[in-house]
Amino acid sequence: MIRAKGLTKDYNTRRAIENLTFEARQGEVVGFLGPNGAGKTTTMRILTGYMPPTYGSAEIAGFDVVEESLEVRRRVGYLPETVPLYTDMTVFDYLMFMAELRHLPNAEDMVDDALEMVHLTDRANGYIGNLSKGMRQRVGLAQALLHQPEVLILDEPTIGLDPAQVVEVRNLIREVGKERTVLLSTHILSEAQQLCDRVLIINKGRIVAEDTPENLQARLMGAERSLLRVKGDSDGLVPLISQIKGVQAVVSRPDGAIEFQYTSDLDVRSEVARATVNAGYDLLELAPIHLSLEEIFLELTREETGKKGTRHA
Amino acid sequence: MRNIWIIARREYRHYFISPIAYIVALLILLVMGIYFLLVLYQSSLMAFYGGATPPDTSDLLGLMPFMLLFAAPALTMRLLADEHRTGTLELLLTAPIRDAELIIGKWLGAFLFMLTIIAITLIFPIILHFWLVDPGIDQQLMLSNYLGIILVTGVFLSIGTAISAIFKNQFAALFATLVALFFMWYLIGWPAYVMQGGGEIFRYLSLSDHYFNGFATGSVDIADIVYYISLIILNIFIGTTAIEMRRWQ
Repeated sequence: MIRAKGLTKDYNTRRAIENLTFEARQGEVVGFLGPNGAGKTTTMRILTGYMPPTYGSAEIAGFDVVEESLEVRRRVGYLPETVPLYTDMTVFDYLMFMAELRHLPNAEDMVDDALEMVHLTDRANGYIGNLSKGMRQRVGLAQALLHQPEVLILDEPTIGLDPAQVVEVRNLIREVGKERTVLLSTHILSEAQQLCDRVLIINKGRIVAEDTPENLQARLMGAERSLLRVKGDSDGLVPLISQIKGVQAVVSRPDGAIEFQYTSDLDVRSEVARATVNAGYDLLELAPIHLSLEEIFLELTREETGKKGTRHA
Repeated sequence: MRNIWIIARREYRHYFISPIAYIVALLILLVMGIYFLLVLYQSSLMAFYGGATPPDTSDLLGLMPFMLLFAAPALTMRLLADEHRTGTLELLLTAPIRDAELIIGKWLGAFLFMLTIIAITLIFPIILHFWLVDPGIDQQLMLSNYLGIILVTGVFLSIGTAISAIFKNQFAALFATLVALFFMWYLIGWPAYVMQGGGEIFRYLSLSDHYFNGFATGSVDIADIVYYISLIILNIFIGTTAIEMRRWQ
């Protein structure tokens, strides 16, 4: 498992991350979200033993990342953002080199297993320099999975992959995440929504939100929102719905649909449906609107986080 | 120790697919071959006019340190600087190996490659010994010369490895290594020749003084060996510190 406490990193006068405290348990996939320069890579580099924090501490599988760095590095599989590969080596030789550095018993078998996991067995004898970007990404992933690490840290693991490969890699991460701890950063928010048990949103070096994607949605909504669509012209529906008790705001969309917001403790949807039908409209659709992770992300990482935690109608 | 060997083996193999390594090897062997012929030609001319001494190993290896001044920077410039450029340094620094193992492994890989080239040059004294000089060359002189060349090679490569760990750009590493080697070989001993007193320390620090006044003359002094080995250890320490400092930046 991963346990970070008060992690702070300064690059000369610039503070990259400040006082990050979080945990990731065994069997949990945790997503690390944030805009470029938010401090995701810095945090990951500290957790992998690549660099020490300026302040604070972190533990991987119970070992301190600074004091017991070698033990940490034995237990972590890491895929950096820029996939580090020796292009002059074959895929097999590269993985064997990494397996030997990790002193793996049955290195050849473990390399074969890793190649099979990322579906690269047929390219084992090909030179890495001749591989496509997506295949190189998979070689990097095989390197991270090679020693069956307790903790897997993946910086943008699906970047550069084609849609079919993205699905494969996500399935693989999901599978690995059942037994191990996975911390992944991604810019693809739907990926975090699909893959992660928990999401950490980081902005300007600070964690601005930490929860399951579902809870983040519920927490930030504050009020419920629904979409209403009728057959034909929807003129006159806005004042009609506005009059209903509990409705806070009503907006007519350019496509003719009506979006209304109401307090969470008073479900007005049946009332709205009834009023719409009674007024002679043919009701086609009445559906809840969920705040997407994209919206949550933008809300939380907006310039100066004064608005954080509040959704405006 | 195992990690050092794993890294050294990868580096050693890498040289055999590196154009720069082939150019370095080719130039050294070509220049050595031409020089060998010139030495033979000069000896035969002198023999014709009488009173000549047969060529020996110190004649053959006279150019070797000068060639190493250029060969070592070319072979070491990419060792760590290129790992930084391509991002593979991050891979190595997050693998369960010590920074010192990384630096020693890199140096050892380059050293083994240079030893291979030096081993090929043994063909010239062998030709002299068995076919051209009767009753053979001075074997002790040959051994001391080769021991000196091997130690100088080790020192040059260790300076190059340390500098490659400091720089991110391999051409900056190449240039800095060239400057450092010329300074340590030619310039550092210079004050000893111009100062009236107290210049001995500069003579002692000079890499070339230990070679030309020691190994090249056939005398193997333990102080010369200790000096060269100390420099190798110092440079490996500097390289390791450079990597550690990079982690803290």
